[in-house]
Amino acid sequence: MNETTAATQHPPARPRPRVAVVKFASCDGCQLSILNMEDDLLALGEALDIAYFPEASSNMQPGPYDITFVEGSITCPEDLSRVLDLRQQTTTLITIGACATSGGIQALRNWGDVEAFKRTVYPSHEYIHSLSTSTPISEHVKVDYELWGCPIDKSQLLRVLTDLLRGITPSIPAHSVCLDCKRQGHVCVLVAKGLSCLGPVTRTGCGAICPAMGRECYGCFGPAEQDSVIPGVPPNTGSLAKQFHEHLQLIPLEMVRRFRGINGSVQPFRRESDAWDPR
Amino acid sequence: MNDFLTNPDQSRTIKIDMMARVEGEGALHITVQDGQVRDVELRIFEPPRFFEAFLQGRHVTEVPDIVARICGICPVAYQMSAVHAMEQIFAVEMPQSLRDLRRLLYCGEWIESHVLHIYMLQGPDFLGFDSGLEMARSHPDLVKRGLRMKKAGNDLLTLLGGRSVHPVSVKIGGFSQVPARNALHGLRDEFLWARDAAAETLRWVSGFEFQDPEQAYTFLALRGPSEYPMNEGDVVTNRGHRIAASEFEHHFHEEQVPYSNALHCTLNGQSYLTGPLARLALNHDQLSLLAKEVLQSTGLVFPFNRASMGIVARSVEVLYAFDEALRLIDQYERPPAPDVPVTLRAGTGMAATEAPRGLLYHRYEVKADGTIRLAKIVPPTSQNQRRMEDDLRNLLPGILHLTDQETAMKCEALIRSYDPCISCATHFLTLTKENLPPAMS
Ligand code: SF4
Ligand code: SF4
Repeated sequence: MNETTAATQHPPARPRPRVAVVKFASCDGCQLSILNMEDDLLALGEALDIAYFPEASSNMQPGPYDITFVEGSITCPEDLSRVLDLRQQTTTLITIGACATSGGIQALRNWGDVEAFKRTVYPSHEYIHSLSTSTPISEHVKVDYELWGCPIDKSQLLRVLTDLLRGITPSIPAHSVCLDCKRQGHVCVLVAKGLSCLGPVTRTGCGAICPAMGRECYGCFGPAEQDSVIPGVPPNTGSLAKQFHEHLQLIPLEMVRRFRGINGSVQPFRRESDAWDPR
Repeated sequence: MNDFLTNPDQSRTIKIDMMARVEGEGALHITVQDGQVRDVELRIFEPPRFFEAFLQGRHVTEVPDIVARICGICPVAYQMSAVHAMEQIFAVEMPQSLRDLRRLLYCGEWIESHVLHIYMLQGPDFLGFDSGLEMARSHPDLVKRGLRMKKAGNDLLTLLGGRSVHPVSVKIGGFSQVPARNALHGLRDEFLWARDAAAETLRWVSGFEFQDPEQAYTFLALRGPSEYPMNEGDVVTNRGHRIAASEFEHHFHEEQVPYSNALHCTLNGQSYLTGPLARLALNHDQLSLLAKEVLQSTGLVFPFNRASMGIVARSVEVLYAFDEALRLIDQYERPPAPDVPVTLRAGTGMAATEAPRGLLYHRYEVKADGTIRLAKIVPPTSQNQRRMEDDLRNLLPGILHLTDQETAMKCEALIRSYDPCISCATHFLTLTKENLPPAMS
């Protein structure tokens, strides 16, 4: 990793792309998912020039980079300028995880009073610089690819990376978790157990692990798209919510909490939770 | 690539603007005036995420999924402290079989987190590398051994929890599902290999040179009646304290310091150490026979009073965790039900468990309908923060003759040996960052 020269051109002439892994507000779980690619990690270290990855290496080289993976959301004024700068330093910017892609769980603050939050946690809250919102990277700069999930799925990450290395435009599937359940033959936890499963409106990627573990999906991969052929059609959260309300007797407050979770601040989950919010 | 600034006179500022190979983001600022160490500030600038605040008003059943997100490296610890506190409120009697399964899950987390630290984060310091990946170029078999051990831990987490980061099966009352006996036994062969590899690892790290000065630590850890502590026990110290987890807040106080986003937690106003070194110091009599034997064969003698020896303590615990996991796997019979029924009621519950990097305390106040009125979480790194600064104050006088860069590297290595989890420490503030590292500036 050391022999990279500052003369690396941008975009690269060399086959070993310069890669950065950068963090904003997050739990480090998505970066850990990279380090958890035990079987492929050493090969990746060979195929890529890992130029900046403080979680894994003290050797931090300045940009520009060919590929930058971004974990975490924008929650403080300093990070606003950091992300603009980062965009200028990189050719391909890929967000990894719910934090970077939707604002993540810390976006629950978007419905609260951050000044009050500061008082709850810190005796001297005036020291604390924090924005009243947690926003995804795409709200501030152009993002080339988004990997959903809390955390990301490492095989999905590996596929995107190999596509990029081969010069193929990566395509990230957007159908719902339900399809994975059907493929794997899991009994539907919504129908059979009456659990308020978000699988029908949640994006694939995890391998339907919650229903496989006998519980409901809580939407950690964000909203699915209804139609993989015509991308961008939002899932029918309204119909699912109606089902929860009428057949599972969920009260409006429960509906709010259901949709206001790990990816609560992203449309259409945000719209659905706000629609049931009595306030 | 840190920025160092030297004054020609005896006064200087040593800065590390972004510590590497730690979880989360932190900086270190040291000022020396007239040859005397003046300020040692571990600046945790990871932005606060306000978990305690937005847990208010959520339902108790959502808590395991929410608190897992405080930390990707030790989600199980957060889930365990949380469900134990809740189960205390709801007076849940947990059957032994489910208790054991939770202990097994915790073994998986210790293995995954500790092995990452030993091979990828702290280990490279002793061999003079910037990263585990770089170390792999000259020591491929060594790093491959570490990765394979880590994978074994992750496979256990995945089997029990669906995935290794933010497992999905933990709930109040037990699990959403428990594995079949065969599936668990399927891990046995790999764990037998890994247990040997863990013994090798302990022998390997015990040959390192530990040069940082000895410290007069107040060690703090849980201690239970019979088992090496993970999920249960009283809070004890080597100064004679024995405190029930429910009494924790009477003895420990969190203070805010202007330069850090993490609160400092102290015991009656004093710093203390939590984590593997403390657990080992207070509970080594409860290790498995094998872990005891291999530890003894290294020739190292207690007490381990140096922060850098954290890697030894971690290796002992990895060996123990594999040994303990094998014991739990061998005796496993699938419990008749994955969980026990839970009846909601109002109340307050407190629990502490042993996260890989130290004691993790949670308190919840719950309303009768199961919504949360108040949540309080004290993570290990905020407890160790003051102690890290104290260690640096003791380390610095002996290394001030070195260049700024060498001094900074030694300081950073000392902090790293704590395996600090900065993301955990700031579910909470933000500072102006001076001299951002090149990627950001
Ligand atoms: S998306 Fe989830 S796993 Fe990834 S950094 Fe954010 S909280 Fe952690
Ligand atoms: S089933 Fe849903 S909540 Fe569970 S891991 Fe998959 S996307 Fe996340």
